[in-house]
Amino acid sequence: MSTFWSGWIIVLTVGNILACVWLVWWTMKKRKDESASGDVTGHTWDGDLQEYNNPLPRWWLWLFYITLVFGVIYLALYPGLGTFAGITNWTSGGQYEGEMQVAAETYDPIFEKYAAINIEELAKGGEHAEALEMGKRMYLSYCSQCHGSSATGAVGYPNLTDGDWLWGGEPARIKESIVQGRNAVMPPHAGRIEGEKLDNLVAYVQSMSGMSVDTASAEAGKADYTALGCIGCHGVDGTGNTMLGAPNLTDDIWLYGNSAGVIKQTILEGRNGQMPSQQEFLGEDKSHIIAAYIYSLSAK
Amino acid sequence: MSHEIVEKNTGIMALLIVLVVSVGGLVEIVPLFALTETTEPVEGVEKYSALRLEGRDIYVREGCYGCHSQMIRPFRAETERYGHYSVAGEFVYDHPFQWGSKRTGPDLARVGGRYSDDWHEAHLYNPRDVVPESNMPSFPWLFDNKLDGADTAAKMKAMNVVVGATCPKCDLYSDEDLANAQKTVEGKSEAEALIAYLQGLGTALKR
Repeated sequence: MSTFWSGWIIVLTVGNILACVWLVWWTMKKRKDESASGDVTGHTWDGDLQEYNNPLPRWWLWLFYITLVFGVIYLALYPGLGTFAGITNWTSGGQYEGEMQVAAETYDPIFEKYAAINIEELAKGGEHAEALEMGKRMYLSYCSQCHGSSATGAVGYPNLTDGDWLWGGEPARIKESIVQGRNAVMPPHAGRIEGEKLDNLVAYVQSMSGMSVDTASAEAGKADYTALGCIGCHGVDGTGNTMLGAPNLTDDIWLYGNSAGVIKQTILEGRNGQMPSQQEFLGEDKSHIIAAYIYSLSAK
Repeated sequence: MSHEIVEKNTGIMALLIVLVVSVGGLVEIVPLFALTETTEPVEGVEKYSALRLEGRDIYVREGCYGCHSQMIRPFRAETERYGHYSVAGEFVYDHPFQWGSKRTGPDLARVGGRYSDDWHEAHLYNPRDVVPESNMPSFPWLFDNKLDGADTAAKMKAMNVVVGATCPKCDLYSDEDLANAQKTVEGKSEAEALIAYLQGLGTALKR
């Protein structure tokens, strides 16, 4: 803040307080021609409307004094008069830093303690039950918007309790998914397959997970499963690839749904499953504890 | 009695009232026009693209500010959940600002990049598809309504006026931006515009 604006604020603020003090003093002054207290002042409006000369109510006057004193004390202690920082040197940023420091001293040792214990151990609970409780709290704050408060997921957002993992269910892989995020890309195949061939491919995909489909149609679709390149990510046997986040097509778990219509849409339009990286926001130690909580949901 | 003079002369009374009432504004508001903290963008804050500007108008039209604030206060309880507290220099391109005053839903000041575009689509179409406990209304029409971009350039011109007047170091839209405005937004759905707006919120400061 420039000196000019600092001075501007100080002059106006101090001047305003002094003007208030003067106003109280000036209005309380006894004047020579004043009527006695309790009598009419002699002012008349609208013919018969008169005013009494009564003093200000004491409670009101005292509130006025208290407000003035409060203002002076406040401006001495806290920043308010331009660039004058106040005797206490208080700032909202400083208060925030202080709060964060207290929290760091209180909680960092707990996070560090658990960061040093491997995820399998933490997930067993027992003496580490506190870690799982912390993990659950953080999960609810940061993860439940997509994976659900019960961690059972939603359409397009994986269920974390079923033991089926797109990117691998080993503790280290779970933590990696949280810290680094994941970006699964199923490319769109519109223009490369349509009509009966598409129907056949859909039947083949459904047949892999044991759904009852037209056998002839599924058999006919098998060739396109290879020709279209599905094997590249989902594998020859359709069991997927956890390095690419390509789902296993042979189980009964479907991220986007298993109806013919949805599978068609998946093939034609592609899918883009994104798990945002938490590296910057949560960091390693918090992610470690959240990973332990998530691992504990399916590890039995 | 001298107060009789004030009471019987409306002109003098009006003048004195204006004097008294203006002190608060002169002390608390006017100096802000000259502070660098309030008139300069923080590093990384950029002007709204044509699509994001349209998205912002949809945010305003649908009254999102009624339930979502865009103002993270400097308290640990807020920064743990939302990220770095908001600073004045992040809002230099916001006219009017969307700080809001009530959180029925969460604060959105740093929602940019927090969720995927797909998540926002599902969530705007029907929030309960992804968050079963949500009481946010559904906004299915955003997917049917398409932008025609007829007013986009005019909106950008208006932003140039207000931003130019309040933020000397801000980046204004060039003639080229204005010429391309309609072309870049035409045919896009309102949902696309709104998601583009949301995905850019608060990404300049992180932790």
